[in-house]
Amino acid sequence: MAADFRSQIENQRAYLLRYASMQLRNPDAAEDVVQETLLAALAGEAGFAGRSNLRTWLTGILKHKIVDAIRRASREHAVEAGDPDADAGEFDPLFDERGHWREAPDAWESPDRALEQTQFLAALQKCLEGLPARTAEAFMMREHLGLETGEICKELGVTSTHCWVLLYRARMALRQCLEASWFGASRAKRT
Amino acid sequence: MKLLSCKEVTRLVSQRQDRALAIGERVALRLHFAICEGCRNVNAQIDFLRRAVRRLSERGDEENR
Repeated sequence: MAADFRSQIENQRAYLLRYASMQLRNPDAAEDVVQETLLAALAGEAGFAGRSNLRTWLTGILKHKIVDAIRRASREHAVEAGDPDADAGEFDPLFDERGHWREAPDAWESPDRALEQTQFLAALQKCLEGLPARTAEAFMMREHLGLETGEICKELGVTSTHCWVLLYRARMALRQCLEASWFGASRAKRT
Repeated sequence: MKLLSCKEVTRLVSQRQDRALAIGERVALRLHFAICEGCRNVNAQIDFLRRAVRRLSERGDEENR
Protein backbone atom coordinates (compact mmCIF):
# COMPACT_ATOMS: atom_id res chain seq x y z
CA MET A 1 0.00 0.00 0.00
CA ALA A 2 2.75 2.39 1.01
CA ALA A 3 4.76 1.42 -2.07
CA ASP A 4 1.70 1.99 -4.22
CA PHE A 5 1.18 5.45 -2.75
CA ARG A 6 4.84 6.22 -3.29
CA SER A 7 4.65 5.38 -6.99
CA GLN A 8 1.42 7.35 -7.44
CA ILE A 9 3.14 10.36 -5.95
CA GLU A 10 6.24 9.80 -8.04
CA ASN A 11 4.03 9.87 -11.17
CA GLN A 12 3.16 13.48 -10.40
CA ARG A 13 6.76 14.63 -10.22
CA ALA A 14 6.98 15.95 -13.79
CA TYR A 15 3.78 17.93 -13.39
CA LEU A 16 4.87 19.39 -10.07
CA LEU A 17 8.21 20.35 -11.53
CA ARG A 18 6.55 22.23 -14.38
CA TYR A 19 4.27 23.96 -11.92
CA ALA A 20 7.17 25.00 -9.69
CA SER A 21 9.30 26.10 -12.65
CA MET A 22 6.69 28.61 -13.72
CA GLN A 23 7.20 30.41 -10.44
CA LEU A 24 10.85 29.77 -9.56
CA ARG A 25 13.34 30.64 -12.25
CA ASN A 26 16.18 28.73 -10.71
CA PRO A 27 15.86 25.04 -11.79
CA ASP A 28 17.63 23.83 -8.64
CA ALA A 29 15.19 25.73 -6.46
CA ALA A 30 12.29 24.18 -8.37
CA GLU A 31 13.77 20.68 -7.93
CA ASP A 32 14.22 21.35 -4.23
CA VAL A 33 10.64 22.40 -3.55
CA VAL A 34 9.30 19.42 -5.52
CA GLN A 35 11.53 17.08 -3.54
CA GLU A 36 10.36 18.64 -0.27
CA THR A 37 6.78 18.28 -1.44
CA LEU A 38 7.14 14.60 -2.27
CA LEU A 39 8.76 13.90 1.10
CA ALA A 40 6.08 15.84 2.96
CA ALA A 41 3.41 13.96 1.02
CA LEU A 42 4.92 10.57 1.93
CA ALA A 43 5.14 11.59 5.56
CA GLY A 44 1.59 12.89 5.49
CA GLU A 45 -0.14 10.13 3.58
CA ALA A 46 -2.87 10.06 6.22
CA GLY A 47 -3.72 13.67 5.35
CA PHE A 48 -4.64 12.55 1.87
CA ALA A 49 -7.00 9.78 2.93
CA GLY A 50 -10.48 10.46 1.69
CA ARG A 51 -9.54 13.27 -0.66
CA SER A 52 -10.46 12.73 -4.26
CA ASN A 53 -7.62 14.24 -6.23
CA LEU A 54 -3.98 13.45 -5.53
CA ARG A 55 -2.68 16.14 -7.88
CA THR A 56 -4.75 18.86 -6.25
CA TRP A 57 -3.57 17.77 -2.83
CA LEU A 58 0.08 17.72 -3.92
CA THR A 59 -0.22 21.10 -5.63
CA GLY A 60 -1.56 22.53 -2.37
CA ILE A 61 1.52 21.30 -0.51
CA LEU A 62 3.78 22.50 -3.32
CA LYS A 63 2.35 26.04 -3.18
CA HIS A 64 3.30 26.28 0.48
CA LYS A 65 6.79 25.02 -0.23
CA ILE A 66 7.19 27.55 -3.06
CA VAL A 67 6.08 30.42 -0.85
CA ASP A 68 8.52 29.26 1.84
CA ALA A 69 11.33 29.26 -0.71
CA ILE A 70 10.43 32.77 -1.88
CA ARG A 71 10.31 33.99 1.71
CA ARG A 72 13.76 32.56 2.43
CA ALA A 73 15.17 34.13 -0.72
CA SER A 74 13.70 37.57 -0.03
CA ARG A 75 15.15 37.51 3.48
CA GLU A 76 18.55 37.09 1.91
CA HIS A 77 17.91 40.00 -0.43
CA ALA A 78 16.31 42.16 2.23
CA VAL A 79 19.24 44.59 2.17
CA GLU A 80 18.53 45.62 -1.40
CA ALA A 81 14.79 45.88 -0.82
CA GLY A 82 14.63 49.64 -1.34
CA ASP A 83 14.00 49.59 -5.08
CA PRO A 84 15.10 52.83 -6.71
CA ASP A 85 12.68 52.35 -9.61
CA ALA A 86 9.59 51.70 -7.54
CA ASP A 87 7.42 54.09 -9.57
CA ALA A 88 7.31 52.22 -12.91
CA GLY A 89 8.51 55.39 -14.67
CA GLU A 90 9.66 53.30 -17.63
CA PHE A 91 6.14 53.57 -19.08
CA ASP A 92 6.06 57.37 -18.94
CA PRO A 93 7.20 57.72 -22.56
CA LEU A 94 3.91 56.14 -23.66
CA PHE A 95 2.11 59.26 -22.43
CA ASP A 96 2.37 62.98 -23.15
CA GLU A 97 2.87 65.60 -20.44
CA ARG A 98 -0.87 65.59 -19.68
CA GLY A 99 -0.84 61.81 -19.23
CA HIS A 100 -2.65 61.02 -22.51
CA TRP A 101 -1.54 58.30 -24.92
CA ARG A 102 0.97 59.48 -27.47
CA GLU A 103 -0.23 56.61 -29.59
CA ALA A 104 -3.49 55.01 -28.46
CA PRO A 105 -3.27 51.21 -28.17
CA ASP A 106 -5.18 49.20 -30.77
CA ALA A 107 -7.56 46.38 -29.93
CA TRP A 108 -6.37 42.78 -30.07
CA GLU A 109 -8.11 40.58 -32.60
CA SER A 110 -9.95 37.57 -31.04
CA PRO A 111 -7.44 37.13 -28.22
CA ASP A 112 -9.29 34.16 -26.75
CA ARG A 113 -8.76 32.17 -29.91
CA ALA A 114 -5.02 32.66 -29.39
CA LEU A 115 -5.31 30.79 -26.09
CA GLU A 116 -5.88 27.59 -28.06
CA GLN A 117 -2.64 28.01 -30.00
CA THR A 118 0.54 26.42 -28.71
CA GLN A 119 2.64 29.07 -30.44
CA PHE A 120 0.80 31.82 -28.64
CA LEU A 121 1.41 30.19 -25.27
CA ALA A 122 5.09 29.89 -26.20
CA ALA A 123 5.14 33.62 -27.03
CA LEU A 124 3.53 34.39 -23.68
CA GLN A 125 6.08 32.21 -21.92
CA LYS A 126 8.85 34.11 -23.65
CA CYS A 127 7.36 37.45 -22.59
CA LEU A 128 7.18 36.22 -18.99
CA GLU A 129 10.83 35.20 -19.12
CA GLY A 130 11.70 38.70 -20.28
CA LEU A 131 10.33 40.35 -17.13
CA PRO A 132 12.76 41.54 -14.46
CA ALA A 133 13.13 38.85 -11.76
CA ARG A 134 11.30 40.55 -8.93
CA THR A 135 8.53 41.83 -11.17
CA ALA A 136 7.97 38.34 -12.55
CA GLU A 137 8.05 36.89 -9.07
CA ALA A 138 5.29 39.17 -7.78
CA PHE A 139 3.19 38.72 -10.92
CA MET A 140 3.39 34.93 -10.89
CA MET A 141 2.62 34.81 -7.18
CA ARG A 142 -0.53 36.70 -8.02
CA GLU A 143 -1.59 35.00 -11.25
CA HIS A 144 -0.03 31.54 -11.09
CA LEU A 145 -0.13 30.76 -7.37
CA GLY A 146 -3.28 32.85 -6.96
CA LEU A 147 -2.13 34.65 -3.80
CA GLU A 148 -3.76 37.85 -2.56
CA THR A 149 -1.74 41.06 -2.85
CA GLY A 150 -1.44 41.39 0.94
CA GLU A 151 0.24 38.02 1.18
CA ILE A 152 2.58 38.78 -1.73
CA CYS A 153 3.73 42.04 -0.14
CA LYS A 154 4.34 40.28 3.14
CA GLU A 155 6.40 37.49 1.60
CA LEU A 156 8.45 39.89 -0.51
CA GLY A 157 8.80 42.32 2.37
CA VAL A 158 7.52 45.37 0.45
CA THR A 159 4.70 47.87 0.96
CA SER A 160 1.36 47.31 -0.74
CA THR A 161 1.96 50.37 -2.92
CA HIS A 162 5.21 48.87 -4.12
CA CYS A 163 3.42 45.58 -4.73
CA TRP A 164 0.87 47.29 -6.99
CA VAL A 165 3.70 48.94 -8.86
CA LEU A 166 5.38 45.59 -9.46
CA LEU A 167 2.13 44.10 -10.74
CA TYR A 168 1.41 47.17 -12.88
CA ARG A 169 4.88 46.97 -14.37
CA ALA A 170 4.44 43.27 -15.14
CA ARG A 171 1.08 43.76 -16.86
CA MET A 172 2.17 46.77 -18.89
CA ALA A 173 5.36 45.02 -19.97
CA LEU A 174 3.52 41.83 -20.93
CA ARG A 175 0.94 43.84 -22.83
CA GLN A 176 3.66 45.56 -24.81
CA CYS A 177 5.53 42.33 -25.38
CA LEU A 178 2.46 40.47 -26.68
CA GLU A 179 1.53 43.45 -28.85
CA ALA A 180 4.99 43.37 -30.39
CA SER A 181 5.45 39.61 -30.69
CA TRP A 182 1.92 38.45 -31.46
CA PHE A 183 -1.08 40.73 -31.85
CA GLY A 184 0.67 43.57 -33.66
CA ALA A 185 2.26 41.10 -36.03
CA SER A 186 -1.03 39.44 -36.99
CA ARG A 187 -2.60 42.88 -37.48
CA ALA A 188 0.21 43.88 -39.82
CA LYS A 189 -0.23 40.67 -41.83
CA ARG A 190 -3.89 41.41 -42.44
CA THR A 191 -3.54 44.98 -43.64
CA MET B 1 -15.05 64.74 -9.80
CA LYS B 2 -11.47 64.65 -10.96
CA LEU B 3 -10.99 63.48 -14.52
CA LEU B 4 -8.39 60.79 -14.91
CA SER B 5 -5.56 60.84 -17.43
CA CYS B 6 -4.86 57.72 -19.48
CA LYS B 7 -1.74 57.11 -17.43
CA GLU B 8 -3.75 57.10 -14.21
CA VAL B 9 -6.37 54.90 -15.83
CA THR B 10 -3.82 52.23 -16.72
CA ARG B 11 -2.74 52.09 -13.08
CA LEU B 12 -6.30 51.68 -11.86
CA VAL B 13 -7.01 49.06 -14.51
CA SER B 14 -4.13 47.03 -13.11
CA GLN B 15 -5.06 47.62 -9.46
CA ARG B 16 -8.58 46.52 -10.18
CA GLN B 17 -7.15 43.01 -10.57
CA ASP B 18 -5.71 43.19 -7.07
CA ARG B 19 -8.01 45.23 -4.85
CA ALA B 20 -11.61 46.41 -4.68
CA LEU B 21 -11.74 49.90 -6.19
CA ALA B 22 -13.61 52.66 -4.38
CA ILE B 23 -16.91 53.71 -5.89
CA GLY B 24 -15.42 57.03 -7.00
CA GLU B 25 -12.61 55.21 -8.81
CA ARG B 26 -15.06 52.91 -10.55
CA VAL B 27 -17.20 55.81 -11.74
CA ALA B 28 -14.16 57.74 -12.91
CA LEU B 29 -12.99 54.71 -14.89
CA ARG B 30 -16.38 54.25 -16.53
CA LEU B 31 -16.50 57.91 -17.54
CA HIS B 32 -13.05 57.67 -19.01
CA PHE B 33 -13.76 54.47 -20.94
CA ALA B 34 -16.80 56.15 -22.48
CA ILE B 35 -14.57 58.61 -24.29
CA CYS B 36 -11.25 56.79 -24.68
CA GLU B 37 -10.87 53.81 -26.98
CA GLY B 38 -7.16 53.31 -26.21
CA CYS B 39 -7.88 52.78 -22.52
CA ARG B 40 -10.81 50.49 -23.31
CA ASN B 41 -8.46 48.37 -25.37
CA VAL B 42 -5.84 48.23 -22.64
CA ASN B 43 -8.51 47.33 -20.10
CA ALA B 44 -9.60 44.36 -22.20
CA GLN B 45 -5.99 43.34 -22.71
CA ILE B 46 -5.16 43.39 -19.02
CA ASP B 47 -8.25 41.27 -18.33
CA PHE B 48 -7.08 38.91 -21.03
CA LEU B 49 -3.62 38.56 -19.45
CA ARG B 50 -5.17 36.94 -16.42
CA ARG B 51 -6.96 34.35 -18.56
CA ALA B 52 -3.83 33.75 -20.61
CA VAL B 53 -1.59 33.06 -17.63
CA ARG B 54 -4.25 30.78 -16.17
CA ARG B 55 -4.27 28.88 -19.45
CA LEU B 56 -0.52 28.50 -19.25
CA SER B 57 -0.77 27.27 -15.65
CA GLU B 58 -3.34 24.66 -16.59
CA ARG B 59 -1.49 23.44 -19.61
CA GLY B 60 0.93 21.31 -17.60
CA ASP B 61 -2.16 19.57 -16.35
CA GLU B 62 -3.30 18.39 -19.75
CA GLU B 63 0.12 17.36 -21.02
CA ASN B 64 0.58 15.07 -18.09
CA ARG B 65 -2.76 13.32 -18.14
